[in-house]
Amino acid sequence: MADSINTIIPGRSRSERTRNPDTASGSALDSGGATRRAFLAAAGGASLALVVRPAQATPETMAAAIRQVVGEASVKPGKIKLDLPPLVENGNTVAMSVSVQSPMTAKDHVKAIHVFTEKNPQPNVISVKLGPRAGKAEISTRIRLADTQNIVAVCEMSDGSFWSDKIEVIITLGACLEDLI
Amino acid sequence: MTTPARTLINVPKNAKRGEVIAIKSLISHLMETGFRHDNMGRGIPRDIITSLVCTYNGEEIFNATLHPAIAANPFITFHTVATESGTISFKWTGDNGFVAEASAKITVA
Amino acid sequence: MSGPALRRWLVPAAALSCFAAIVLSVRAEIRLGERRSAYEDMSRDNKAMQDDDTANPGMLAVLDGEALWRAKAGGAGKSCADCHGDPEEKMKGVAARYPAFDAAAGRPLNLEQRINVCRERQLNASPFSYESRELLALTAYLGLQSRGEPVAPPEDPRLTPYREKGRELYNQRIGQLNLACVHCHDDNWGKSLAGNKIPQAHPTGYPIYRLEWQSLGSLQRRLRNCMIGMRAEPYTYGAAEYVDMELYLMWRARGMKVETPAVRP
Repeated sequence: MADSINTIIPGRSRSERTRNPDTASGSALDSGGATRRAFLAAAGGASLALVVRPAQATPETMAAAIRQVVGEASVKPGKIKLDLPPLVENGNTVAMSVSVQSPMTAKDHVKAIHVFTEKNPQPNVISVKLGPRAGKAEISTRIRLADTQNIVAVCEMSDGSFWSDKIEVIITLGACLEDLI
Repeated sequence: MTTPARTLINVPKNAKRGEVIAIKSLISHLMETGFRHDNMGRGIPRDIITSLVCTYNGEEIFNATLHPAIAANPFITFHTVATESGTISFKWTGDNGFVAEASAKITVA
Repeated sequence: MSGPALRRWLVPAAALSCFAAIVLSVRAEIRLGERRSAYEDMSRDNKAMQDDDTANPGMLAVLDGEALWRAKAGGAGKSCADCHGDPEEKMKGVAARYPAFDAAAGRPLNLEQRINVCRERQLNASPFSYESRELLALTAYLGLQSRGEPVAPPEDPRLTPYREKGRELYNQRIGQLNLACVHCHDDNWGKSLAGNKIPQAHPTGYPIYRLEWQSLGSLQRRLRNCMIGMRAEPYTYGAAEYVDMELYLMWRARGMKVETPAVRP
C-alpha cells in the first residue's frame, strides 16, 4: 500500500491533483469542471454570488492546501503527533498540541509544522517555522472547528521529507457557522 | 481599534544554559473569521492576526502564520533553547495594519 | 379487556406515565450538599484553560482592569486606587458579597452598578455601558480578588423583598417555550440537553469567558441568552429584574467558591 497522501483521499489520482494546485474550489477538479467554469463565466459571477452557499473546505480542498505546501513530495504517516480531544463541547476553542519526534540538531530537525482541516470554511489552520533553536518540536494553541471532521498535521524535516498525522474530532457545537446573538 | 491589544506572555525568568524552555503567549484579539454575519445578514469582514514572530536577542526563533481557524484571543505555546541572557521579543501582525509587541527578559546562567 | 383493546390503551398509558414521572420527579431546590459548579462538568482541556492564569483569556481582561483601577478619570482627577488602595488587600471578598443594598439608591445594586455609581459620585466620571470592555475588565479584576472565597450574600433584612422577587422570577414561566429557570436548573440539572450537561446555574465565576461568545461576558448577558433561548423578550440591560435574580442566585450559591474569571463552554 502506498503510504502517501494518496491514501487520505481515496479515489483521487496523482495526476488529477497536480494539474490544478491553485484552484480554490474543489469542483474544478471534477471531470465536469471545464463546462461548469464556462457556464459560470457566461452567467456572470456577481449575480450568482447571492445564491452561492458559504465556502466550505472539503477533503479535496484540504488535499490541495496540503499539496501547496509539500509540492510533489510524498507525505508519510508517522513522526508527528497531533493531540486533540476526541469529543469537544464547543468548537470555538479546541486545545490542540502538535509534536514531532526529532533531536532538533542542525543536521536533523523539523523545519515546519502545518495543520489543516477538512470541513472548516477554509482548510488552513496554522503554519509554524521551526529550527534547531527550538530545542523541542512541540507547539500548542487553540483552534476553531466547524463540524465533526478530520484534522491533519504535516511536518517538513530538514532532509526534505514530509510526515503526517490525522485525527477525527467530534464536535457538539460548531464554530464559524453560527451567527452572533 | 484605538486601545492597544492586551498581551500576556510567560517566559521563565531564569534558565540554565542549553535548557529547553516553554514559552506561552496570549493576546486579546477577536480573530473575526470573515465567515460570520450580523443580525442584518451582512457579512462581517475578516480581521485576524496573521502572524506571530519571536526573536531571541534579535534572532528569529519562532514564526507562525495564523489563519481564521485560530480561536479568538490566540494562545500559542512553543519551545526554545536558553542560549544566553537577554530579551525575548514577540511581534504580532494582522489585518488592517494590526501590530502588537511584547518582550520579556531572561537570565541564563 | 381483549388483546387489541388493551394494546390501544397501552401506548397512551405508557406515554402518560412517562410524562407524569418527568413532571412529578421535581426535585425542587437543590440540597446544599448536592450543589456543584459547572466547572466539574467541563472537559479536561477547558478546566485547564480556567486553571492556568497564563492561558485563561479572562486574565487579559483582569490586566485591563488593573490598568483602569489606577487610571485617573473624570472631573475629580481621581482613580479607584486613590480611595480604595491596593485591591489585593482592600477589595478581597468584596465581589463575593454583591449584590448589596445601596441606601442612596434605595435598592440593591450589583457590582457593575456599584462601579458606575462610584464613578458618578466619587470620580465625577461618566458610567461605563453594560458589557463594555472597561466594565467587564473592572468586574473581572475585582472578582479575581474574591477568587477562592466563599460566596457570602449579606445578612441584610433590606435585601429580603428583592431576593424574594428574584426567587419569583426564577420560578416564573417565560417565553414561547413556557419554561422557568427552575425546570432545567433545579429539576433537571445533570441531564443532557443538546449534547451538553445542564448546569445548576450558580454564578460563581462571573464575568465568564464563554467559548460560545469568544469573549468575556456578564451574568446579565448570560441571563439574556437564556431568555432568548426560551423565546422570551429579554429585559433591557440594567433592569431591576436582573439584579433581583442575581441576588437570589448568589444566595442560592452561598458558600460555594468564587471562580472569577471562569471559563465556560
